[in-house]
Amino acid sequence: MGNVVVDVMLKSEILDPQGQAVASALPRLGFTQFTDVRQGKRFVLTVEGEVTDEVLAAAREAAETMLSNPVIEDVVSVRVESRAVDSQSAEPQEVEFLA
Amino acid sequence: MKIGVVTFPGSLDDHDARRAVRMAGGEAVSLWHGDDSLRGVDAVVLPGGFSYGDYLRAGAIARFAPVMSALIPAAQGGLPVLGICNGFQILCESHLLPGAMIHNDHRTFICRDQRLRVENATTAWTSDFDQGDEITIVLKNQDGQYVADRHTLDELEGEGRVAFRYIVEESKTTQHDRFAGRNPNGSYRDIAGITNARGNVVGLMPHPEHAIEAGYGPSLDGLKFFTSVLKSVVSSKTVVNA
Repeated sequence: MGNVVVDVMLKSEILDPQGQAVASALPRLGFTQFTDVRQGKRFVLTVEGEVTDEVLAAAREAAETMLSNPVIEDVVSVRVESRAVDSQSAEPQEVEFLA
Repeated sequence: MKIGVVTFPGSLDDHDARRAVRMAGGEAVSLWHGDDSLRGVDAVVLPGGFSYGDYLRAGAIARFAPVMSALIPAAQGGLPVLGICNGFQILCESHLLPGAMIHNDHRTFICRDQRLRVENATTAWTSDFDQGDEITIVLKNQDGQYVADRHTLDELEGEGRVAFRYIVEESKTTQHDRFAGRNPNGSYRDIAGITNARGNVVGLMPHPEHAIEAGYGPSLDGLKFFTSVLKSVVSSKTVVNA
């Protein structure tokens, strides 16, 4: 079983009301050092078997056509995550960055 | 004249939209998101609500519903389509209209009577208005902030494709108006609704279908959207038959 991880963020010029809500609440907990918060989305797409080039290409297409809206969002990365079920220490394998 | 109203899972205002069609003198036809047929209608309304829970982005999943595979080419071919609120979001996600909708800038839900200025009275859905008319209909939304890049905004304004603008009330117009001096959701350039270049596809955030009957809603201004499209359908059929 393999996973493809897709990260999507609002474009920097688009106001992020969710991030602002978080940013305005952080100081209440004493976190006063953060001047801005931007909130994004992570999608984990799972397939049977290995993540092949075809799977990655399909994930990239899904990211561009449905998972993000290019008018307001950027696909920050589409990458393979090797899934080690018995290990929390497995590092994601960075395959590709689009941004 | 048959006006179709699409019901998606999570549509809320499909019944009111069909009622508005009937009040205007048209025949309302129910369309289903899972059918790829438009059942021979002369125009289509995409109603308000929270299609597919508005998960992912408002309108993003509805845009890929089977009914949209029939609607998108029909709209590109000239079929009159009105997107209200969630329907407007779906039209943007479908790229039938430019731009996108994000959360209201103040992060709260709005429900209020809203004054608008009619900026374009030549579309299939606005021809019963005069340019510059001021109307009052209901605004109720969470993701109502219209955004687009500067080039797109300039193009919309340059081509007269801003159909409706929020009227920004001066301060102290009403004592408790928290939106005095600003538009109610942060929309760029106070844009409440836009049209495509051909004028057959119109989207707006506020709800004309809630302002069609005396005793319900703030005015009867909404009725003109539906009488407009009935006339435009008649005149286009006359042209075809001539």
